[in-house]
Amino acid sequence: MKYNWNWGILFTDPYFGWLVSGIEWTLIVSSIAWVIAFSLGSLVGVARTVDSRPVRAVATAYVELFRNVPLLVQMFIWFYLVPELVPDDLGRWMKRDMPFPEATSAILCLGTYTASRVAEQVRAGIESIPVGQRMAGLAMGLTVPQVYRHLLVPVGYRIIVPPLTSEFLTIFKNSSLALTIGVGEVLMQARQIENYTFQGFEAFTAATLIYVVVTLIVVFAMHKVETKTRIPGYGVRREK
Amino acid sequence: MTGFDFGAIVNSFPYLAKGMQLSLLLTGLSALGSIVLGTILALMRLSGVRLFQWVGATWVNFFRSLPLLLVIFWFYFLVPVIAQRQVDAFQSALIGFVLFEAAYYCEIMRSGILSISRGQAWAGYALGLRYSQAMRFIVLPQAFRNMLPVLLTQTIILFQDTSLVFVVGLADFMTSAVTVAQRDGRLFELYVFCALVYFVMCYGASLYVKNLQKKIHR
Repeated sequence: MKYNWNWGILFTDPYFGWLVSGIEWTLIVSSIAWVIAFSLGSLVGVARTVDSRPVRAVATAYVELFRNVPLLVQMFIWFYLVPELVPDDLGRWMKRDMPFPEATSAILCLGTYTASRVAEQVRAGIESIPVGQRMAGLAMGLTVPQVYRHLLVPVGYRIIVPPLTSEFLTIFKNSSLALTIGVGEVLMQARQIENYTFQGFEAFTAATLIYVVVTLIVVFAMHKVETKTRIPGYGVRREK
Repeated sequence: MTGFDFGAIVNSFPYLAKGMQLSLLLTGLSALGSIVLGTILALMRLSGVRLFQWVGATWVNFFRSLPLLLVIFWFYFLVPVIAQRQVDAFQSALIGFVLFEAAYYCEIMRSGILSISRGQAWAGYALGLRYSQAMRFIVLPQAFRNMLPVLLTQTIILFQDTSLVFVVGLADFMTSAVTVAQRDGRLFELYVFCALVYFVMCYGASLYVKNLQKKIHR
């Protein structure tokens, strides 16, 4: 195995800057996508638990559709196909004037895809609340929307903090797929460094470390959130 | 946008079918390899030996914190360097998938093994079986049976994930569809068809898994 090691290359002029901008793009894309995923996912998740059949059907269709098509296919559809399918004026704007077309498509794609996964967690959270609580709320004179707003949704969120953490990490990892449509995130930059310098080992090690470190930070921070938001006496969720 | 041109799909059907073959082959081989490796890792995590536990836990946590795409790139780059010769992209992708997915299958098998009551293994010991025999003849078969729906669900995810070999230019179903789409300038037909095929296969499989789950947990 003949390989010229050169770890210093990662810290020389253009390459270090590439990595930093890669980290920026990864964080920007995944955090905006997360906002979409979380709000849309909560909406769809709640819709899956309501009494109205048509609403439930629409929400279920959403989840099944987004969950059963590979993310990469969705990414391509958002980037190449959606501008062709929307009304002409909007399409023209998307192709010509939309700022950061690649990143915007990637954000929309990751957001709507992860929303289907978040929806499943929210639904599971709400369904795990004993039915007596909903009844108690209604008996106190709350309307159904109020029961959701003050009771089911807040309690549900607190129950599903751990799975939501892993969904966030999923969106963070999945943001690497944005490189296929040209977003300059971490992995794209690592590949670019490999192409320019042939130091693939160093470049991929850098990307690996970045992913592992961010994951560790998120897991650590969310562990704090989890202990803060844990509902006393609820479930047996402590790890042995 | 003009109407939906079925001809674009019909003409390239043999090529797309070949791509699907590769997708299925990669899914099958990866699933097989990573279930075996995942089971071994699960047994390591549950063994009393500190070193084994550490290796298993580190493996799982490490791979689960990385994007699959990065792992695919790693092995695409690394395998030829280690092997000292040109290696087919299929082989390096397969290695990457097996090592990566094993981390996920490991956790499934671990919870499967933990779901078997301890009395089962004790009964085996009482009959004179060794640890390895009790695992092989009593615990693992039941764990597999209980976890079959989850293993299959993970395999559906794996099938979707094989589309990522696009980045190393392996002609799987997705990549073939993209190639044809660009060659014929038929983005709409091919992408919709591609999404539809994946949807029908994955949704169909997930319905089957749901049924199976009912049967097993009856």
